Amino acid sequence: MSAAAPKMRGHTSSATPAPPGAASAPPRRREVRGRAVGGLWLPAGIGLALLVVPVIGLLQRAPWSDLPSLLGSARLRDALVISAVTSAVAAGASVLLGLPLALVLSRCEPALRRLVRVAVLLPMVLPPVVGGTALLFALGRRGLVGQWLDTTFGWSLPFSTAGVVVAATFVAMPFFVITAEAGLRSADAGLVEAARTLGARRSVAFRRVMLPQVAPSLAAGAALAWARALGEFGATITFAGNLRGRTQTLPLATFEALEAGRPAEAIALSVVLLAVSVVVLVSLRDRWLTR
Amino acid sequence: MTLGDFTLDVSLEVPAGGIIAVMGPNGSGKTTLLRCLAGLEPVEAGRISLAGRVADDPAEGIWVPPEQRRIGYAYQDVRLFGHLSAVENVAFGPRCRGAGRAAARRRAATALDAVEMTALARAKPARLSGGQSQRVGLARALAVKPEVLLLDEPFSATDTDVRPLLREQVRAAGASVVLVTHDPADAEDLADEVLVLEAGRIAS
Repeated sequence: MSAAAPKMRGHTSSATPAPPGAASAPPRRREVRGRAVGGLWLPAGIGLALLVVPVIGLLQRAPWSDLPSLLGSARLRDALVISAVTSAVAAGASVLLGLPLALVLSRCEPALRRLVRVAVLLPMVLPPVVGGTALLFALGRRGLVGQWLDTTFGWSLPFSTAGVVVAATFVAMPFFVITAEAGLRSADAGLVEAARTLGARRSVAFRRVMLPQVAPSLAAGAALAWARALGEFGATITFAGNLRGRTQTLPLATFEALEAGRPAEAIALSVVLLAVSVVVLVSLRDRWLTR
Repeated sequence: MTLGDFTLDVSLEVPAGGIIAVMGPNGSGKTTLLRCLAGLEPVEAGRISLAGRVADDPAEGIWVPPEQRRIGYAYQDVRLFGHLSAVENVAFGPRCRGAGRAAARRRAATALDAVEMTALARAKPARLSGGQSQRVGLARALAVKPEVLLLDEPFSATDTDVRPLLREQVRAAGASVVLVTHDPADAEDLADEVLVLEAGRIAS
């Protein structure tokens, strides 16, 4: 037993409010910071420019006044609908399938965890085209699982809207699993014990004590997975193709518009995707921007 | 009970309504003893009976999970639920044990009143001091009307002038109490019997 007992509170301590850590005056950090940056400004500035200039370039060329009519065209509306539906379903599937996976990862023994985590992380580092190719040969009509799906249910995933969902889930789910697992592992297991000794069954303790604790992590993971699913390109075009109204998502439509010499369309679609990304980033600000 | 190379070898009997204090140095197995009684750890050999019912006996294949033991547990690190207010924390137990929302709320309010925490009933645990948290933790353990009450350093952060009130509440609960404490005054004032643990064994 090594748990330290909480500090004794004497009679006098209540009279002198002293928040923890306020004992010593804060050090003067200003000069230290200025000195630390120094000559790093130039390379840091170049790096930052590389990230920021493209976005500025896009916004500067955006045909703001034509945006509504461009996005209202049948071709782009189709892509908007396909993207909205498939990314939402992929995010939902990532949560439904990813939460049990994250729970197993957070609870299993270290040796098995390392193995499972490699499998989970692989789609994150794998080139999406490779992912799409792999999906094609696993779930295609003559693939390992695809053959069975075809003969038993008559399902064929490649070049279908469902295939877009599968490709997007493949690349997006790891983002949810990793974020959720981190949340689950840092959650306080003592609170679940407390709930159980108060009469809560395992499932009730999970729902009423564990879930509220990890809800922010789950929400962040879902947002990340959704953003990744919305931006999916490589695995989608490889596995599901680029069929307008069926598998053509916003990124695919953007690429096609550029190839076909319709830059205004490409920019309009890019602006939409950029706006969505900014919204996701702002919704995650507590996690990333304020730390 | 064996944990790694640590073995806890204890035999104790608390008479119904009696209070036993368990003292001893850190690492002597006091908290482990409570965890076994609560069902948070299984025993490897031996038997745990709570209020006349066998709760854990590996030889007989008997295991009662913690939620089915009629216990109240006040933890050393308190363990209030951060997303619930003080009164919701206390109402959690009665709710889980079948009380309706309003009935659980009433019982929680009564339990908080008994430890003079009514004024902060709606406060979230983060706003409570260490001593106030302990009072809510004790109220939460008492609100389930336990037959066996497990207290792990329940007053360690509590101002000394509030302690008599809390001791009175423990006595009034009518439960069989196992009180882990470092404070001889607590042991002297509350306990019918004091047990000293040393390296997992009863020292005498």
